Amino acid sequence: MELEKRLLDGDKRACARLISMVENNNKEAISLIKKLYKHTGNAHVIGITGPPGGGKSTLTDKLVKSLRDEGKKVGIIAVDPTSPFTGGSILGDRIRMNDLSLDPGVFIRSMGTRGHLGGLSKATQGAVKILDIYGCDYIFIETVGVGQSEVDIVRTADTVLMIMVPGLGDDIQAIKAGTMEIGDVFAVNKSDLFGASKTAREIKTMLEMNHNMDRIPPVMQVTALKNEGIKELLNEIKGHMEYLKENDRLNKRRESNARAEIINLIEEEILSLILRKNESVGVLDDISQKVALRNMDPYTAKDEILRAIDL
Amino acid sequence: MDRPIRVIVAKPGLDGHDRGAKVIARALRDAGMEVIYTGLRQTPEQIVAAAIQEDADVIAMSILSGAHNHLFPKVVNLMKDQGADDVLILGGGVIPEDDIPGLKEAGVEEIFTPGSATQTIVDFIKNNLKRD
Repeated sequence: MELEKRLLDGDKRACARLISMVENNNKEAISLIKKLYKHTGNAHVIGITGPPGGGKSTLTDKLVKSLRDEGKKVGIIAVDPTSPFTGGSILGDRIRMNDLSLDPGVFIRSMGTRGHLGGLSKATQGAVKILDIYGCDYIFIETVGVGQSEVDIVRTADTVLMIMVPGLGDDIQAIKAGTMEIGDVFAVNKSDLFGASKTAREIKTMLEMNHNMDRIPPVMQVTALKNEGIKELLNEIKGHMEYLKENDRLNKRRESNARAEIINLIEEEILSLILRKNESVGVLDDISQKVALRNMDPYTAKDEILRAIDL
Repeated sequence: MDRPIRVIVAKPGLDGHDRGAKVIARALRDAGMEVIYTGLRQTPEQIVAAAIQEDADVIAMSILSGAHNHLFPKVVNLMKDQGADDVLILGGGVIPEDDIPGLKEAGVEEIFTPGSATQTIVDFIKNNLKRD
């Protein structure tokens, strides 16, 4: 297959086309992944997450430049939200990474979430595999700006970099469940602003309270725009991979990620099967109307719909 | 088409005014398209690199600086060099009437000047895509 050869030769257009095909659930792209899956797993997959406007794209730009100085090939997947109403989106992460556009050793791809919650798009994992086959040494996944519970990234990445900024709340925010639990490395960005060291201290205190960890995630202060603290942060990210490689931790993490991915794929397939079967007979519209008018309850509705596919 | 149309919205050259480009980006978003906004002061090479990596269906550029006769055709030619001639290339901004025929001849499919309705642009894109 022509696309396969071009991808393996490092052709950017082929890589771009295949990512689109994965996004659109194209069978040819899926069978290519099936065939070449055994060649994946070489890239260090780094998830970058944090609140909107925290500096995820700018920091990604700086980290990638630092890796380029070492001659590494890097892929970036930047996810931004899709409108739940129109299906459209504005993908604006490239603005912060324009210098990287022309670098032959960097591939940047923007993705809309296309209805998927959790901070990534449904096709993100497929796109990671394409970039892995394409030959990237490092793959960065930048999530949408997250709130408190978008934790998909921890099931996709080897290392999660949680970006925080000063001034977003007190130490109670830091001990809540959710996104604060998934960071392997923390970075307090915009550390030239007032309150940055207090934020860093609060995060450290929160992390040190957790006695079940055999590794306490480092908390680094950086200022991405001024290129301060980037080398040190990159060293911590690499250090996390070294840590994973000890005692079979990397395989265990990837095993639990694979498990989550498989379950996701099954859920999607079953859901689309159910919806296909029901749409064809207009059952879903009918039942939704009944539930809205209180002529049927949602649990009975669920039973009726599931009956349509003989589960 | 059962997938979102992907559009690069770009501001080539030295021109700091992107209100128009943002209005277009927003209108295309509201029409269900995935808009990759690349920001100000882009070189033609950067725009083409973005279009290739993003596998865009459309490149929509806006220029208010007067450099359209140089920059628009350059993007068209760079895309051709990449073998990517299945991408719809559009221009907009303050473009004198007299320049429009030459730009179209150079391979810019349509030029939208001030006052164009956003719906006209949306419809043009939907009806003139060069691939499925």
